[in-house]
Amino acid sequence: MRFRLPEKVVERSLLLVAMSSVAILLLITVFIFREGGPLLVQVGLGNFFSGAWDPQHDQYGIALMVVGSFAVTSGALLIGVPFGIACAIVLAEMAPPRARSILKPAIEVLAGIPSVVYGFMGIVVLLPMIRTHIGGPGASALAGSIILGIMVLPTVIGISVDALQAVPRSYREASLALGATQWQTIRRVVLPAARSGIVAAVILGMGRAVGETMAVIMVAGNSVQMPHSPLDSVRTLTANIALEMGYAAGDHRAALFATGIVLFVIIMILNTLANLARGRLKKRSVVVVTLAATAADLVKPRAKPEEQ
Amino acid sequence: MSANRAVPKLCVQGLDLYYGDFQALINVSLEITERRITALIGPSGCGKSTLLRTFNRMNDLIVGCKVVGDVELDGRSIYAPNRNVDDLRKRIGMVFQRPNPFPLSVYENVAYGARIHGLAAGAALDAIVEQSLAAVDLWSGLKDRLDDNALTLSGEQQQRLCIARVLAVEPDVLLMDEPCSALDPVATMRVEELMQELVDRYTIVIVTHNMQQAARVSQDTGFMLLGELVEIGPTNQVFTSPRDQRTEDYVSGRFG
Ligand SMILES: Nc1ncnc2c1ncn2[C@@H]1O[C@H](COP(=O)(O)OP(=O)(O)O)[C@@H](O)[C@H]1O
Ligand SMILES: [Mg+2]
Repeated sequence: MRFRLPEKVVERSLLLVAMSSVAILLLITVFIFREGGPLLVQVGLGNFFSGAWDPQHDQYGIALMVVGSFAVTSGALLIGVPFGIACAIVLAEMAPPRARSILKPAIEVLAGIPSVVYGFMGIVVLLPMIRTHIGGPGASALAGSIILGIMVLPTVIGISVDALQAVPRSYREASLALGATQWQTIRRVVLPAARSGIVAAVILGMGRAVGETMAVIMVAGNSVQMPHSPLDSVRTLTANIALEMGYAAGDHRAALFATGIVLFVIIMILNTLANLARGRLKKRSVVVVTLAATAADLVKPRAKPEEQ
Repeated sequence: MSANRAVPKLCVQGLDLYYGDFQALINVSLEITERRITALIGPSGCGKSTLLRTFNRMNDLIVGCKVVGDVELDGRSIYAPNRNVDDLRKRIGMVFQRPNPFPLSVYENVAYGARIHGLAAGAALDAIVEQSLAAVDLWSGLKDRLDDNALTLSGEQQQRLCIARVLAVEPDVLLMDEPCSALDPVATMRVEELMQELVDRYTIVIVTHNMQQAARVSQDTGFMLLGELVEIGPTNQVFTSPRDQRTEDYVSGRFG
């Protein structure tokens, strides 16, 4: 007779492994809040969200970075959402099986490309294009938006496709049997029925854009300034942390952690909203699951959102 | 009677249908008379739904489905290459086995077909919605609930709503695929009564695996078995003096 691990032991070990990820999450949460929290209290929320970022003179206001993150994120959604939803419609509703078998893996590959490669492509291809055809220095909120718009595609497409495919076939049949064309069916029945899932896709795409760091640093210019046009350089919250953490000390370092807290809270809110939109969670479990998802995002920003 | 029979509403000639390699309909020919209820009966899997779906070309949606032979509506082929399928489906409405209202308001459900075909808007559309709901006896009960989501209605109300939704586009023919199989006996009876009211204005083809239902509601009955249409004729005759032994075995309850 071969030795077999008792069922109980296997079960317990798996549980332990699973729990350890929650533990890591808690550790990270505690760590960020311990490092950044005191400074928040010390300078006060009002000052922390002011527009003066000057660590040499103990000025820690992140408003300009909030504006930067907001600018590239909304730009990314403006570009990525229409494109992503269109792709999802083609994938889920229209593409013949053969085209689907090419499109789907292609989008998965898109999700797997390291963000530094996106940034690199941005520098080599996109920035010169903006410089010559539109003007300005190239590195700009616009460039950040375009690169992020591409980077949110896998998230937006993947979750939208799930949402579209979850729409019962009987709705489509009913519509077509009434003499509706395929496009009328999609626009008037399928999309409305998939709305909450598509909203979730957009929100999670937003989270993806807010959290992205490397690619944005490489193309957005990173000046701490108020942008007056899409061609102006901006610095995002994530870029600020990554650029300054190397040499920051004392209050400066704590301010960067406090910036991390802000990001943490933003991502947590977005994940919660997305999960609520999908109606996947009982109210009570929202917080726990969201925390877990948030940690996953922070530890590994490219983590794919769980499939439905 | 013979004058009536001269112009069949639907005429099926030598129809074969394949799902891939599987032949689901074998040389089916029949005529369906205007303003009558024709019932298609037969054991489960014999091809009743498949035959019904050839009338509005819903089988076109199934990958690998091939149709040989022809179906004519008012003497015109519906499988002709230049035939407009959307227009065909507007003229031949379908009610499905499970009530499948859209997850929209009651009003939007009924208005849906009229909107996409551009039949009416504004007050005229309101009138269509009212007439259609009245035709299925839902108007008095639902006129204050037009904005409610249709999924909040009872099963019977949902199925009536689906019928109203079809009536709103003013079709000639109503195809019903076991429209009562998800309803309780009382609701079933009431939908059957509704069919009797509708047959004054519409040609109705109903699929049912329930022989009593066929006997109660239909004027003509066709019996199908293993993809073949064994026989079709006046309901009375098919049930009391069938020409084919297999029909006799089935209607007398020896199998199925
Ligand atoms: N989409 C399909 N693909 C392959 N075979 C099918 C499909 N739909 C039905 N069939 C087969 O065709 C036959 C007739 O089916 P159907 O018309 O649904 O029968 P009924 O409505 O009389 O119960 C059955 O053997 C069924 O398995
Ligand atoms: Mg059937």
